[in-house]
Amino acid sequence: MSAVTRFQTADPVPEIRARPMFRFDPLLLIAALGLVTCSLVTLKGATRTTNPGHPLFYVERQAVYAAIGLAVALALASTDYTRLRKFKWPFYGMLIVLNIVVYGAPLVRGAHRWIPLPFFQFQSSEFGKILLVVSLAAFAVDLSRRLHERRTTARIMLLALVPALIVIPQPDLGTGMVYVAVGFAILFFAGTSWKQLTALVALFAISVTFVLVAAPAMGVHVLKPYQVQRLTGFLNPSHDPRNQTYNILESLIAIGSGEKTGRGVAHASQTNLHFLPENQTDFVFAVVGETYGFAGAALVLSLYALLIWRTLRILTMAKNLFGTLIAGGILAMLMFQVFVNVGMTIGIMPITGVPLPLMSYGGSSVLVTFIALGLLQSIHIQARVAASEKSRALVS
Amino acid sequence: MNPNPEDRRPPLTPQLALRVAVAASVALALFAIVFFRLWFLQVLSGDQYLAQARGNPSRTIDVAAPRGEIVDRSGNVLVDSKPAIAVEISPADLPVPLQPMLMGHPPRRDTVLYNRLAHVLGMPTKRQKCPIDGYGVRRLSPIACAVAQGYAQLSYQDVTIKTDVSKDVQYYLAERQQQFPGVSVQTVWLRRYPLRTLAAQLFGTVGRITPVEVHEARYRGVSPNAVVGQSGLEWYYDRYLRGQDGAERVQVDALGHFTGDLSSRKPLPGHSLKLSLDVSLQRAGQLAVQNAINANPPAQAGAFVAMDPDNGEVYAMGSLPTFNPNIFANPAGVPASTYKQLNNASSNFPLINRAIMSAYPTGSTFKPITATAALESGAWSVGSVYDDTGQYCIDTQCRHNAGNASYGVLNLTEAIKVSSDVFFYNLGALTNANPDTHPNGGALQHWARLYGIGQKTGIDLGGETSGNLPSPRWRARVDREELRCERKHHVPSCGIADGRPWSVGDNVNLAVGQGDVQVTPLQLAVAYSAIANGGTVVRPHIGLEVDTPDGTVLQKIQPPAARHISIAPEYLDAIRTGLREAASQPGGTSADVMGDFSEPVYGKTGTAQRNGQADQSWYACYVPDTATSKPILVVVTVEQGGFGAAAAAPAARQILSQWFTGKMGPFKAGASKTL
Repeated sequence: MSAVTRFQTADPVPEIRARPMFRFDPLLLIAALGLVTCSLVTLKGATRTTNPGHPLFYVERQAVYAAIGLAVALALASTDYTRLRKFKWPFYGMLIVLNIVVYGAPLVRGAHRWIPLPFFQFQSSEFGKILLVVSLAAFAVDLSRRLHERRTTARIMLLALVPALIVIPQPDLGTGMVYVAVGFAILFFAGTSWKQLTALVALFAISVTFVLVAAPAMGVHVLKPYQVQRLTGFLNPSHDPRNQTYNILESLIAIGSGEKTGRGVAHASQTNLHFLPENQTDFVFAVVGETYGFAGAALVLSLYALLIWRTLRILTMAKNLFGTLIAGGILAMLMFQVFVNVGMTIGIMPITGVPLPLMSYGGSSVLVTFIALGLLQSIHIQARVAASEKSRALVS
Repeated sequence: MNPNPEDRRPPLTPQLALRVAVAASVALALFAIVFFRLWFLQVLSGDQYLAQARGNPSRTIDVAAPRGEIVDRSGNVLVDSKPAIAVEISPADLPVPLQPMLMGHPPRRDTVLYNRLAHVLGMPTKRQKCPIDGYGVRRLSPIACAVAQGYAQLSYQDVTIKTDVSKDVQYYLAERQQQFPGVSVQTVWLRRYPLRTLAAQLFGTVGRITPVEVHEARYRGVSPNAVVGQSGLEWYYDRYLRGQDGAERVQVDALGHFTGDLSSRKPLPGHSLKLSLDVSLQRAGQLAVQNAINANPPAQAGAFVAMDPDNGEVYAMGSLPTFNPNIFANPAGVPASTYKQLNNASSNFPLINRAIMSAYPTGSTFKPITATAALESGAWSVGSVYDDTGQYCIDTQCRHNAGNASYGVLNLTEAIKVSSDVFFYNLGALTNANPDTHPNGGALQHWARLYGIGQKTGIDLGGETSGNLPSPRWRARVDREELRCERKHHVPSCGIADGRPWSVGDNVNLAVGQGDVQVTPLQLAVAYSAIANGGTVVRPHIGLEVDTPDGTVLQKIQPPAARHISIAPEYLDAIRTGLREAASQPGGTSADVMGDFSEPVYGKTGTAQRNGQADQSWYACYVPDTATSKPILVVVTVEQGGFGAAAAAPAARQILSQWFTGKMGPFKAGASKTL
């Protein structure tokens, strides 16, 4: 009784807390819109000569993708994500089927990665990310009472590994690794014991050593030679200019030459003369670094920091374990992509084709990121709703 | 309140709080790392990177490394590289980049460029027929044709338009880069073969890396514009000879003028390869075989091997007809007509190294192998005699000595000396094994295999054939192939085999080196080496060592012997005596050729019957280390040369004479008409 009194005296205005101005998270939305704006501005400069007849080709398409993404996110935010739990098997099945079907699609730039649709190249592995987050979170909730068992850990990790192994030979090593990271994060936030998590990390380290060092020594090549070269080349970038690691060198030159405030759109020669490969997709951060300097890069990174902070906060707020785990999976997906992509352009991570969320040009990636953000907003809103119901219940 | 039990949980368990804190710390640490790295790159070392980026527009130019030299034992240069100025076109950098659709009709702006360039280089501009791989025959000017042909082969490779242009042209083009987009003037290395047709098949050829080779593991890290070895030693030792191309990043101004170097990686010249080859012996060998060909129509082709029987170092190896490898050294490519002519029956395929790539029946030179098998298996003994009546019959089928001779009562040594076929027919029959219990054959096949018949010798040249050693299993296989072929194509015979099972007749044929046995001259040389040195089956090699360009030895090439076979000394003695008497005693098959030679020669003639052709002439001989300080073994074969004593043996004598006296002496045919 005394506790209740103390609560009331210490917090004289509980009604205001229970009734915030927005039910959704405005900062998360601001971070997303900020990043989309940065993306459009950067793309406008970087691609203005790529398609001579249509200088705004990439900007317009990226804007349309973002608008569609925002609409989808709005729709998702206004529904209760908890309903998705019962679709875990259809989601997981879709993830597997789509990524197998894509092998039947025509080769584009040496990869089976896109399913051609009338207006859109559908990248199944991208959509797989969000399908995996939701289905894996649901599986983990089902098994939440047996989380201390080694079998549960193995089962959830296996559920993430199967699609990863389907995706890697497409070839899409980067997305495969995102899947693994998502699986690990869901276990981490679900509360798997530290002992088992450590074992997983050790197992991962051993298998990486095996794939990169031991297996090639025995003559078994699990990865394609260019993949190994890319994964290990960042350790010594000046070793072979003109080959795989040449990209890293050019990217470093681009970012470094941006200095504090950047060289401006007109003078960004690394970007304009295409010394930077894939400057609208994988190396978009290097374009930001060259064109807008440390200031621009820091702004983009700050927006990501905001995004990740809000995601962590939503993770703690969620009204149920399912929400926590979805947020955890999304957190892993965003963090992994941001750090692997940015790390690659600044030469501290291997080259893997991971897009920078919301910044890289590409419909699938933008759409999937917005779906993820929509789910986060839904978790936020549902938490608010639950909280207000609770306080109303307490008041009555 | 809430129906779902999992929905009811405390807002934040301590466990989750801890984990969120861990995740937040990880994120914080990662952001810190990225920020510091960005600070380091952009603020602290920004000027440096800016300077590099200002180098843009810059261009990276490949700097070709010279291929290593090939030298003989005493260091005389046999093959080297000379620098030349080449004008090249990069199809992707043309005013209108070349695309498959544009192959037959170059766009106007490209045509203008081609004509301008043709004018500078003094090349014709008239359109002519131009066959392009996969695009049929088009009518194009020579430059457009070269570009289209090169592009059809490998789209990303630069196309060489002309090599060895003058300095004037080089400066003219270099100063007018913007008028000639896509055209570059580069220093290239041209391979030079000053010996011309001497040892041409040994050295082999070089050429632009092919679309298939680009993906091979042995060419990993090689530039797609590289020139690599395509055959012979150039191919086998390519890894050492090719060196490593350098790259130069140069700064150019907005008009494309060179303004300075940015960074460069020096080309590493290739290593040099020292050979065991003796050039004067090589020259003598080719002349001697040519003499044998000239003296014995319709002969047109032949081959020889001269090597150290103790360690397999090849002193000379040649194949006639030959060619001039310099024609392959031009990066602009070999004219199609020349190439066609070189790969043609009418020119007798000069590119083929007959010493290792062609296999033939050996005739009587096979007999020492049969003798070893018969003695070692106990089917015959050194003292046993056989009455050669001039014919040998199995059932009703009879075979005769050549010229229907009969040599009377012979022991094994005498049979080798006079080359009695009947005697060896008998040994063939005696060493035949039951094909059902011994599918791989009996003692004859066992010993022939030990001597290396039917297997590659492992010489350091590409394209070696393994030949064929007939056995019941082999016959069964070709019979099956024949049957399959007949069924598939519905023809009465495919000509692969006659479909009969293994019979004693097969073994009788093999015993005298006739029929289906196929042996390369080098394989025979390896087999005779084992007789000469007492049983060591050497692994022949031409490379002696790989040296760095400054002369230090990088690697000695001393391949270990393939195996040692143990032959009882008294058997070896009987065979060697037979070989010695054959080359020296009256009645010996090559006595009238070799009898008066200054050194003790051990030699055996051979005359192989080939379907639809004149007989193939063989001679295998050696002077062992017991008789001389510079032992040598020589095998000569002449396609359609007739009897062994008539063509191959006199050529072998000229080679031996060159080796021991420095002079070839006259070509003197022998009279023996044995097979």
